[in-house]
Amino acid sequence: MKTRAIQYVVLVGVAAVFLGPLYWLVSTAFKEPSQIYQWPPAWWPHLTWENFSLAWKAAPFDRFFLNSTIITVVGTALKVINAVLTAYAFAYLRFPFKKVLFFLVLGAMMVPGHVTLLPNYLTVATLGWINTYAGLIIPGIGSAFATFLMRQHFLTLPTEVTDAAAVDGAGHLRTLWRVVLPMSQPMLVTVVVITAVEEWNNFVWPLIVTNTASMRTLPVGLLILKDEEGLAAWGTIMAGTLLVLAPMLLIFLIAQRYIVGGITQGALKG
Amino acid sequence: MTVVDLPARTHPDERTVATGDDQLKRRRRREYGLFALLVAPNLLVIAVFAYWPIIYNAFLSLTDWNMIAARPKFIGLANYGRTLTDPAFHKTLWITVVFTGLIVVGSLIIGLALAFLFNLPLKGRGAVRTIAFAPHILSGAAVATIWAFIFDPGYGLMRALIEPFGAEPPDWMNNSDWALPGLVIVYLWKNVGFAALIYLAGLQGLPKELDEAAAIDGASTWTRFRAIKLPLLAPITFFLLITTVIGTFQAFDVIAVMTGGGPGDATTTLSWSIYNEGFQAFNAGRAATLSIIMFVILLVVTTVQAKVMERRVHYR
Repeated sequence: MKTRAIQYVVLVGVAAVFLGPLYWLVSTAFKEPSQIYQWPPAWWPHLTWENFSLAWKAAPFDRFFLNSTIITVVGTALKVINAVLTAYAFAYLRFPFKKVLFFLVLGAMMVPGHVTLLPNYLTVATLGWINTYAGLIIPGIGSAFATFLMRQHFLTLPTEVTDAAAVDGAGHLRTLWRVVLPMSQPMLVTVVVITAVEEWNNFVWPLIVTNTASMRTLPVGLLILKDEEGLAAWGTIMAGTLLVLAPMLLIFLIAQRYIVGGITQGALKG
Repeated sequence: MTVVDLPARTHPDERTVATGDDQLKRRRRREYGLFALLVAPNLLVIAVFAYWPIIYNAFLSLTDWNMIAARPKFIGLANYGRTLTDPAFHKTLWITVVFTGLIVVGSLIIGLALAFLFNLPLKGRGAVRTIAFAPHILSGAAVATIWAFIFDPGYGLMRALIEPFGAEPPDWMNNSDWALPGLVIVYLWKNVGFAALIYLAGLQGLPKELDEAAAIDGASTWTRFRAIKLPLLAPITFFLLITTVIGTFQAFDVIAVMTGGGPGDATTTLSWSIYNEGFQAFNAGRAATLSIIMFVILLVVTTVQAKVMERRVHYR
């Protein structure tokens, strides 16, 4: 019984380690400035929205939010469409040297993203895409891992169903849309959610490819807010941070099952 | 990554006897056309933004270019000679290795411990597992901003935790002895939940018979852990080792927000110095050289992974 009690204490301790910083964030964001700069610290805020309006005044957060949303929605859509179409072609269609092509797609995973920053910046500059949505989105829509996951899933689907669709006279695109995708819904949701989280959190690419406040995304805007406000405005900065985190926390709570499932699957099958 | 090789699925009307050679050829041509149409956009983006950068980097690394002059000046291997003999580069490499090493060891040990905890029959373990994993999907820049405040020596949470023990809180991010350990703490906080999750899935997939037989034979918990569970988890440990090395080598957002490579060069990792040379010093040749060095290091790591995955770490 004693070991069990110790185990519970450890479990609660672990929860505190991971919740503590998030509580510190949320409580600071809602504290009055005088509460933030007092010692010992106040553990419970006198609720106020003041920090949020200050953050809004210090930087165009509505614009950051809009940009992040556009990039996440459009970028995710294009990347997932790429993954689904490529995976379908590799699973169901014939083509000369198909195997080689598939290894070329998967090989992209061997190229570390950080190594491509400078050349991609120069390519995007040549294309005239610096500080545009195209420059922010297009370089990221090539899909290797999501393609791999989707193809592996397609290969587990029973052939009878796709055959039946073909016998009924459905073409490939119709089979994909009406038969294959509906049967792949959980995998599709997983791929969409994981891609969306990556797009939303992306930091270094938007940092180097944008140069005006009107094109910045939330994570980059946050860095600029922090550098400008310095140590004197933690309330404002924490309010901004909460704006960056809140949508992903929400998505995580809703789609947790898919994210966890997708990540463990990718690891254990890999 | 192993690719399960199943026969390609074909449309059934291709399997029926064709009425004529021409029709068969036309049908095949249409299938090829559709394949090309479906795959081309993805392959084009991958070619331009994943493969071309390697070639482009290799070219730029042989040049001296400030990205303003009309064209890069060819200087041969001078960038490599200069970089490889530069004490500042040696320090950068050392910092990268220490940073990566601490994070790899930390996340494997803590991740495994957490997995064992979450595998115990405790109420609320599912919820705590979710809470521990949550930081993994949060923006690195935002997480770093929270921790910048936690480490604030004046009004941060860390001061409240340290002071009761009579210790003075360090100025974490402005002290060259504390900045790197500080980054490691943040990085571990953000990512151990991932290692825990993977280890937990592995633990739950272990065959029970072996462990039970050993228990009946009187093996202690520690012996069963060391002699049975740990070896069986080897493939997972290996997977985590490789992915953590690859991820940590490219760590950027936490460093950019918290230290900017400083104070001095105390947290200047290879990933930070690529950014610094390319986008702050505008020295394309040097940034490309560092990029190629990082690429080669990680290529060796992934090649080793592929080889080992194929051969050794099989327990079935």
